[in-house]
Amino acid sequence: MEVGQMQRQWLDYTRSLFIEGFLDGQFLQLEQLQDDNNPDFVVEVVSLFFQDSHKLLNDLTIALDQKSVDFKKIDAHVHQLKGSSSSIGAQRVKNCCIAFRNFCEEQNTDACLKCLHQVKQECCLVKNKLETLFRLEQQIMAAGGSIPMMELSF
Amino acid sequence: MENNGCLPCTTLREGFPAGLRVLVVDDDPTWLKILEKMLKKCSYQVTTCCLATEALKKLRERKDAFDIVISDVNMPDMNGFKLLEHVGLEMDLPVIMMSVDGETSRVMKGVQHGACDYLLKPVRMKELRNIWQHVLRKRIHEGREFESLEGFDFEGIHHFMRNGQDQCCDDVSLFSLEDCISSTRKRKDADNKHGEREFGDSSSTKKARVVWSVDLHQKFVQAVNQIGLDKVGPKKILDLMNVPWLSRENVASHLQKYRLYLSRLQRQRDQKCSSSGTKHSDSNPKDPGSSTLKNSMNKQQNVFSTDNLRCPNNGLLQLHEADFRGTVSELNNIVPGPNMTNVSHIGLDQTFSSLNSEGNSEVFDCTLPTQYTWNQVPQRKLQDDPKSQSIASMDSSPSAASSIASSAVENIIPAQSKSLMGNDLGLKTQEFDASLSLIPDLEFYQQNLLWGGEGGFSPLDEDLHFFLLQSECYDDMNFGMHNIEMPEYYYDPGLIADVPNHLFYDSADYSLVDQSLFIA
Repeated sequence: MEVGQMQRQWLDYTRSLFIEGFLDGQFLQLEQLQDDNNPDFVVEVVSLFFQDSHKLLNDLTIALDQKSVDFKKIDAHVHQLKGSSSSIGAQRVKNCCIAFRNFCEEQNTDACLKCLHQVKQECCLVKNKLETLFRLEQQIMAAGGSIPMMELSF
Repeated sequence: MENNGCLPCTTLREGFPAGLRVLVVDDDPTWLKILEKMLKKCSYQVTTCCLATEALKKLRERKDAFDIVISDVNMPDMNGFKLLEHVGLEMDLPVIMMSVDGETSRVMKGVQHGACDYLLKPVRMKELRNIWQHVLRKRIHEGREFESLEGFDFEGIHHFMRNGQDQCCDDVSLFSLEDCISSTRKRKDADNKHGEREFGDSSSTKKARVVWSVDLHQKFVQAVNQIGLDKVGPKKILDLMNVPWLSRENVASHLQKYRLYLSRLQRQRDQKCSSSGTKHSDSNPKDPGSSTLKNSMNKQQNVFSTDNLRCPNNGLLQLHEADFRGTVSELNNIVPGPNMTNVSHIGLDQTFSSLNSEGNSEVFDCTLPTQYTWNQVPQRKLQDDPKSQSIASMDSSPSAASSIASSAVENIIPAQSKSLMGNDLGLKTQEFDASLSLIPDLEFYQQNLLWGGEGGFSPLDEDLHFFLLQSECYDDMNFGMHNIEMPEYYYDPGLIADVPNHLFYDSADYSLVDQSLFIA
């Protein structure tokens, strides 16, 4: 596949991620922060997020598995996850967290379990999407091309 | 600039604000990395910490190692507010709080604890770019405070008196506190004497001032308690205290401040007890003399502490201030408006020249939309409102843009607050904040939308609203449900009348970018 085609593909793919709500503007901020000093900034930050969220999700699973559920602790974890997901612009994950916190407040264990399942799914989804995106970028760079500009200017 | 022990002299170094020394505290590694990068891009000197205790240690090691602290609210080892208190007391540095939670009560708590700003995550670089103003403002206010009032930190002294040995650096901290007070005065007054034995004078001269040390204050408090706060008067206190060089005027002004401090404490306690956490009442009826004091508080903005921001003794006032805290930080960001535009362009150029050989940099205007915002906000009649004085952060802004903005905000506040009262959705703060900044943006967007070669578009308002509502309705609501009910809250008639395109949504105004992508 020639570079131009790959670039178009990249553009379309990125666009879809925004349209489908996987990512929001914060992700663009990250891309802006990337520069010669940190050429892999976005990838690094995203990796950090998934490491951290993996741990958080584990903690959440354990916490919800207890006989007597500590909703305060769970709320704290979800809050943390919400903050983290907002850092890379993982919009759908963040929205899940918001709903999750509501159920925590209601102390509704079943609903919380459903939310946990959902948030795990969303994390997985966005992780896959981003991995695909980064792979595309690598291919473009390897072929000597450059990543197209996100023409979202207004 | 004179360098006195505890006040860092870095403020007016060459090239300020570049090189501003920032300490960032956040337990989230992702955010820590992002913030570090953002701050570095602003040419600040960044130190990161993921634990509050570690941060305090760093701060204590070298008192003048940092100019400003940015901290997250939720941290595992220590509450962000506690850290804020410590930093305010011991180091007297400006502290900015951050959180993904923008609920009014939280923001208010931050302000009450002395935060000089409260940023909502996701934090944008432009918000960080202007944090230097808090450092500068503190210097200026400290100067002003000591001119007219004795800058006595009741909180600090009482905290020390209560906790005594519990604080890790009790003696040292108190010494530095007093040192701060007296040495700052030294800076102001050439012939000011050091120590307790200064003679307070009546308002005719502004030179000599009483230093209220812990001992002196303790005597004062004992006297007050002995007499009884409701029966107390300066003369009685003076007699009981038996300090020959103290004058009635000194005691009177100190008593006034003490009363204010107590009433603020009382309000804080009340707020802790109340369920909603937002207090609408104007004053606490139990406070002696609070009604008269309230008036004077509204007029006086030189509040009596070395902490950066103390709300006036008016619950309503606080609500407003907390409401537009997010907006204020937006406004603060545009103070060096035109410059900022240029800088951001340059920054973006550098970022993307490596990615795109064509070097087309106009593209990224969208991601910093609010740069242009306030310049386009229509002039609004300035309300003759005592509350306007509470916008302390706007007092010192030099640029015309922000004064336009402040008048706009003042006018919008009452409309906002009406709909905010009796309404538990903490989301409001962010939304109104976003709405204010977005209105002109939409027009801007409409004019310049460029998406992968496609031309402009005609705004499909209904679609936009729908999409926007969808995204922001997630907050505080069941996921994906009952979105339609939300509109009534957001369509505040007060706002609609003024503003054609009232777009409300979540704190990240990049959602607008998202939604605009639909229009293609």
